[in-house]
Amino acid sequence: MPDHRDTDIDPRRRESSMLPEDISLDALRAGGIEPEDVTIRRRTLDAQAERAEAEGFPQLARNFRRAAELTAIPAPVLLDLYEKLRPKRARYEELLALSQEVTARFDAPETGAYIREAAEVYRTKGLVRD
Amino acid sequence: MERSKRFEVRSRRPVNLDTFVAEDAGLGLVAMDSPNDPTPSLTLVQGRIVEMDGREEADFDTIDRYIAAHAIDRSVAEEAMALPSLDLARHLVDISTPRAELIRLLSGCTPAKLCQIMSHLNVVEMMMALQKMRARRTPGNQAHVTNWRENPVLMAADAAEAALRGFDELETTCRVARMAPFNALALLVGSQTGRGGVMTQCAVEEALNLRLGLKGLTTYAETLSVYGTDDALRDGDDTPWSKGLLASAYASRGIKIRFTSGTGSETLMGYEDGKSMLYLEARCLLLVKGAGAQGVQNGAISCVALTGALPQGVRAILAENLIAAALGLEVASGNDAMSSHSDMRKAAKLMLQFLPGTDFVTSGYSSMPRRDNMFGGGNFDAEDLDDWMIIQRDMRVNAGIFPITEDQAIAVRRRAGQAMQAVFRGFGFPEIRDDEIEAAALAYNSDDMPDRDLVADIAAAQDFLEGPLTALDVARALDESGFADVAANVLAMQRVRVVGDYLQPAAVLDADFAAKSAFTDRNDYLGPGTGYRVAGETWARLSAIPQQQTAAQMVPLTSGAAGVRLLPRGPAVSGTRTDEVVVGLGPAFAEDLDHTLCGLSHGQVLAALTEGITAQGLVPRFVRFHDTADCGLIGWQAAQLSGSGIGIGLQSKGTTLITRKGLAPLNNLELFSQAPLLSREAYVQIGANAASHALGRPPMPVPVRVDNMSRLRLIVHAMLMHKREIAAVRAGQAAEDLELGFDA
Repeated sequence: MPDHRDTDIDPRRRESSMLPEDISLDALRAGGIEPEDVTIRRRTLDAQAERAEAEGFPQLARNFRRAAELTAIPAPVLLDLYEKLRPKRARYEELLALSQEVTARFDAPETGAYIREAAEVYRTKGLVRD
Repeated sequence: MERSKRFEVRSRRPVNLDTFVAEDAGLGLVAMDSPNDPTPSLTLVQGRIVEMDGREEADFDTIDRYIAAHAIDRSVAEEAMALPSLDLARHLVDISTPRAELIRLLSGCTPAKLCQIMSHLNVVEMMMALQKMRARRTPGNQAHVTNWRENPVLMAADAAEAALRGFDELETTCRVARMAPFNALALLVGSQTGRGGVMTQCAVEEALNLRLGLKGLTTYAETLSVYGTDDALRDGDDTPWSKGLLASAYASRGIKIRFTSGTGSETLMGYEDGKSMLYLEARCLLLVKGAGAQGVQNGAISCVALTGALPQGVRAILAENLIAAALGLEVASGNDAMSSHSDMRKAAKLMLQFLPGTDFVTSGYSSMPRRDNMFGGGNFDAEDLDDWMIIQRDMRVNAGIFPITEDQAIAVRRRAGQAMQAVFRGFGFPEIRDDEIEAAALAYNSDDMPDRDLVADIAAAQDFLEGPLTALDVARALDESGFADVAANVLAMQRVRVVGDYLQPAAVLDADFAAKSAFTDRNDYLGPGTGYRVAGETWARLSAIPQQQTAAQMVPLTSGAAGVRLLPRGPAVSGTRTDEVVVGLGPAFAEDLDHTLCGLSHGQVLAALTEGITAQGLVPRFVRFHDTADCGLIGWQAAQLSGSGIGIGLQSKGTTLITRKGLAPLNNLELFSQAPLLSREAYVQIGANAASHALGRPPMPVPVRVDNMSRLRLIVHAMLMHKREIAAVRAGQAAEDLELGFDA
């Protein structure tokens, strides 16, 4: 997994606690809004996941829970994760290692499990790198 | 070869430029129900799917594995698979089975089962079902906004107009990939000038797409394509798991996504495995659902001409929309790529989604002329907007586009250009000149735009992408240049990302930036009296097309130029002169009305009749009848008064007849019922013929224009003029002789 290179393009350096109603033109004029204040937050996605679950959309809820986890991962790393999951990009062991790293380093157990599941399928379906 | 001239003419009709191919299962040329499609089946062992659609778990391909693991609801699968497909098909159409119950049951179905259900439905039943199964109660629409010169001013103007017209989402793409940041910026600024809350996307490769989203320039993406066989998916360099992760990655940045699939794509790629297009699409849709996407754009999309070339291809396209909706997915229902050369065929196909309503009736209405469409040409373009809106008005249907006036369009386009100018100035980008703004305000297409330095624009666009500026700076620049309202809208588009409600299924934003989604604007259709109805302010807006005129506008009381004065000269009595022809006039003649439907003034008509009558050596006598507006009765009474026995009946709208004393009121010598087709020459001949009848000479043919469209064009005018004539009727008032005073 690459380091956090090029993280400038991703404004998420901290999770903002600014309330949506405080994101106003007056606040902007006063210089009080930073790019990270207008990014979606982990707890927001978790709340959307709960809503989806309650509405009978379990798959959507799982997607939102994975997304909640991914908020902590810088965009370049995220794009690299996607790249690794494309056909024949990574060896089976690499995918398992990625799964563990995502789970541990970014507190992303659902995403980690998802990558592990992919690794198992890829191994039997010829989708791992030789 | 023998040729029929009719076949020859038909062979040149636009529809015969379309391609039609016979089914061939071996080549994947089957829209629905291929003999190679599996029979529905599902075996669960302790909650695990061990067999599906005739395939054992050990033989599952990756899509089967994904569907079995993520998509099919195993808690309901046994119940759903045990129900006869015919019963499920009937439930889809049955107005008393709620949407939620169907989603519950269909979530337990295999791809083959979903297809078997569709096979029982004809298109009208599918439309009934789609009306009920659509995710969002209020239908919507998406527009494409591109131009081949990648002119940011024109793009902003087009975006603003599309937003004002009511599109919920705008999608752009680029010809030159490095212009993407400017295109996304133009779409954001333009859309938020037109109407706050419109969501935007710029369709480019994923990494760039994500970066545009991170800058706050875009709010959604639909670039995630999936295919229904492993080989096709791999050809697209993806797996179900990679696409699923990408979906989560977008959501993690607050970007709404929908997947893209559609019948025909696997066949086109050559990896259809001999299956029907619909079966493969059903697999795609379960994959999409399994990945946790809120929705999909499907309906053959760019392969529409391939699916459409097959028997029941268009039915299959409706079926794929319906399967998606029935799985609880948002559906942007195609109708974007060119589907036919024939306007009739295109419109007929469109109705399958237009009438039931979908979350987005098109997955991209080309809001500009075709040449500027960078998605390969639109099925419906800027030229077709009026047709679209008139069909909505005809059928009282909301298909997501609202009429605006020319003035409104020009004003909003100009303002979007000015807003872009402010942002470019604030950011130090290459200047946008006033003449560019004016050109964009009035443009037909990008040929009307002054040249820009594309090299400088590209360089600035790259600096913008690499640099620190975000949508917050866009809002600041707008605010500092007096565009506080647009700035507030751009900022609100950032605020809603924090809230995250627009990630919910089928979400669009209303005027207050609140999400209208399957959770907040539930489709509660259960038959008449329920669900979405076009009413109130929406209906007022949809019906008030600019082409609509009031009755007073169409038929003014008088134009004030009858060209003749009719001077009463006492009660009309039976004449004794055998050389007279009585011309009976309707009660409103040259008074409340003064022109006929063919555009002649009443003075011109009377002069022409006079010319014809006198040319035969006879004399006209003009009589006004007050007691009837009926042409037959006017003529009949005129004949009774006529010394020669010949009378002409003339209504104010120009309808004319010649009759003879002694004939029954509806039995005329000659009738000219199509007033719009008459002319001065015709009225001269009518006068001459009336005289000929009096003289016992044979009449000559009256020159009448042939125009089958005149009734269609003028029926409302005719009705309004006749109403006016009736209003002038005074029962019991005697007929009067008239003296004509022609204006100089």
